[in-house]
Amino acid sequence: MSLEGKTPLSTYAPNTWCPGCGNFGLLSAVKQVLLHLKEDNKLHQVVLVSGIGCHAKIVDYLAVNSFYSIHGRVLPVAWGIKMANPSLIVIGHAGDGDAYGEGISHLIFAAKRNTDLTFLVHNNRVYGLTTGQFTPTSPKKFKGRSTPFGSPEEPLNPIEIMLASKATFVARSYVGRPKHLAYIIKEAIKHPGFAFIDVLQPCYTFFNTYNFYNQYVREIPPSHPRENLEAALELARRWDYGEKAQEIPIGIFYQIKRPTFEEEALIKKHPSFDLKAYVAQNHS
Amino acid sequence: MQKKFEINILFGGQAGDGIRQLGTLWAKLLAKRGLYVFLYDDYPSLIRGGHNFSIVRAANYPVETHKDQVDLIVALDLETINRHHHHLSEKGFILSEGKTSQGFSLPWSKTVKEAGVPRIMKNTVALGSLAKFCGISFEELSQVVKKLPQAEKNLEMAQKGYNLIPQTISLPSLPEEKRFLFYGNEAIALGAVAAGLKFYIAYPMTPASSILHYLAARRETFGVNVIHPENEIAAVLAALGSAYTGSPAMVGTSGGGFALMVEALSLSAQAEIPITFVECQRPGPSTGVPTYTMQGDLEFVLHAGHGEFPRVVLAPGDAFQAFYLTALALSLAWRYQIPTFILSDKHLSESLFCQNLPEKIPQISYKKWHKKDEYQRYSFEEDGISPLAFPGDKRAVVKATSYEHDPFGITTEEAEMIARMQAKRLKKENLLLQETEKLLETKGPERVPALVCWGSSKGAVQEVCKALGLRFIQPLVLRPFPKRALEKALAPASKVIVCETNATGQLAKLLKYHDLEVDEVILRYDGRPFTTDSLKKKVEPLI
Ligand SMILES: Cc1ncc(C[n+]2csc(CCOP(=O)(O)OP(=O)(O)O)c2C)c(N)n1
Ligand code: SF4
Ligand SMILES: [Mg+2]
Repeated sequence: MSLEGKTPLSTYAPNTWCPGCGNFGLLSAVKQVLLHLKEDNKLHQVVLVSGIGCHAKIVDYLAVNSFYSIHGRVLPVAWGIKMANPSLIVIGHAGDGDAYGEGISHLIFAAKRNTDLTFLVHNNRVYGLTTGQFTPTSPKKFKGRSTPFGSPEEPLNPIEIMLASKATFVARSYVGRPKHLAYIIKEAIKHPGFAFIDVLQPCYTFFNTYNFYNQYVREIPPSHPRENLEAALELARRWDYGEKAQEIPIGIFYQIKRPTFEEEALIKKHPSFDLKAYVAQNHS
Repeated sequence: MQKKFEINILFGGQAGDGIRQLGTLWAKLLAKRGLYVFLYDDYPSLIRGGHNFSIVRAANYPVETHKDQVDLIVALDLETINRHHHHLSEKGFILSEGKTSQGFSLPWSKTVKEAGVPRIMKNTVALGSLAKFCGISFEELSQVVKKLPQAEKNLEMAQKGYNLIPQTISLPSLPEEKRFLFYGNEAIALGAVAAGLKFYIAYPMTPASSILHYLAARRETFGVNVIHPENEIAAVLAALGSAYTGSPAMVGTSGGGFALMVEALSLSAQAEIPITFVECQRPGPSTGVPTYTMQGDLEFVLHAGHGEFPRVVLAPGDAFQAFYLTALALSLAWRYQIPTFILSDKHLSESLFCQNLPEKIPQISYKKWHKKDEYQRYSFEEDGISPLAFPGDKRAVVKATSYEHDPFGITTEEAEMIARMQAKRLKKENLLLQETEKLLETKGPERVPALVCWGSSKGAVQEVCKALGLRFIQPLVLRPFPKRALEKALAPASKVIVCETNATGQLAKLLKYHDLEVDEVILRYDGRPFTTDSLKKKVEPLI
């Protein structure tokens, strides 16, 4: 028996996403990027880390190193992996419940630290796996199974949060624009530091947003000054993750260079340690 | 043989007076004379004001605990005398700045003021006076003082204090043997380093924080990365990430922080990722009493985590055991790919011990993958232990997971696979037991009453056993439970008395659960450890 499935990079695990699920588009974009890494002979250095949710199944579908972690905790696991072996290419996959609810503290700190990871949020704006409750990015009045009379809360804008948290690469993409998505993921991996991508990923079953996104999504023009925080914030505020939109910008909102956590914080190569001499010197 | 000698000194003052440093310097001074020392530190959870005291016991035989009654009080403030004079032995002395009929009144503050040095140096002046009082040469004193920062000023202050007072008593010295001074937490840290630790990840929480501080200050020397993340949840998950790549990691906290780590404890079990937890107990529930001691989390640590899985819980009772067992905890975690625990408490973690180090130190090692067939992270093996490969290996795809899984690490819900994997993980427990069962300390005659204890109660219990001719029994491992070894050890005892510092007798309950008889239980749950004199009084009527 072998882990490999019928198509390149796949496994024998049967796919259990609903037909029409936005995760299919995301999977194929990731595959495309991984195939490039394979050509560059770097696939063995890749580690995918996932949370728990529909999104997280992606690691079962890819014959690549992975750590299928727990709900909300993708980032600390990914951080530990990267710190312990900085030569690895670490890519996190989280749901919006994962990243913006259960584990939001880790998200803010990953950005603050500028740890060298790529972080993809499969943002369907609903809890998929637990069958349709509202999330931090669901629009106000969203009727989920825990809020049958409509969510009483305003949605968060994760792009704004990331900009305020000092992330050095802040992007959004949409599974309905597969080329764009693959391009953004590649750029994110290339970026030395914390690269955040909010991926609009409709949940066909509990929150079908394809038409809405198809209507309002606009690619950020190349003329946008990527290093300008004010300009990035202005773009980010064009859509507040509410029910209505005039335009939903996708692309790289912001990108700057800053030393990574690994460069700043890790000790230089390990010395040999003589316990006996140390203890004699310091503990008598 | 020399006559038995011991001297107990209480150092007291306000938080910020450097009481613990004063006690530690005194302990160093006497350890250099070859004496055995033990330091107990008592302080409230605040930074300035409030009363601090340290008791240093020194003897010409091994001591691992303190007494309530002291021979000398070194009082850096008046409150020390008010609070502790009733602990002073009849022929005891007080060194202080106030008037006293029982000792010397010494102008330490004035000395510091006149010299224009920082107020904190009053403790060095006091140390100088104490050394002279005890007939220690200035040469000996300067050996320890010159290692302080601002050595010159401190030496000057020590000299001034030295000149304030006549020699009054004298202390013996012993031929110097190889013994060292360690706080419990330093021994834990060093044991981990010696076993091969690469990452220590922790969020500050008393009484575990001094592991973090000790390692952080020496990370380059030790070759250990020391990380302080956003919370305990991140700490434990980053540690698991590190271990997944083959880099050994340990986390340390107290009960409240460990509560936050429990979800990840189960993850480590399901994913079979080695990790070592240090849980330094303090009185609970909840925030409880942060800077005091209690053995209240035994049941919590034995049972924490959802699902069923093997784990090792080790409970050291002194610095030697803390060093050895921490190294062992890391070694076992990696050899069995399981979570392991060091269960300490304030009394062990923050007391100073004068001991040697073990000759043989357990090392991290693990079952390596032989790169033959396709790699299966969770392959079925005779002993339940699947070989390890790590990401970056060109021939292996390493899939770790929190879900129940098949040998490749792909999620499964198949009945047969679920049962096989559950059994695979639990299988390790038998092997483990064979290896850990011998971790039991016993001393003294057999057919007499036995005192059974665990963790930091060891020092006091051991000494009471010696004084009263009782049997001493201390299991060092509490899970897997060493039932057969304990059964054998307890069988000849005429009576079984369990001593622990908690309110419900958690070890006693554990023994009874395993059908071992317990006749009496002695508990203390006021946040203070057993002392030899107080424990002896409680034991005597029972034997
Ligand atoms: C600690 C914890 N709480 C709750 C759950 C149950 N749970 C599983 S997935 C999920 C939400 C998933 O939503 P999201 O992260 O948006 O992922 P999606 O399924 O939408 O991809 C929840 C609440 C869990 N597994 N762990
Ligand atoms: S529930 Fe939604 S997110 Fe989950 S698989 Fe189905 S369509 Fe996709
Ligand atoms: Mg979701």
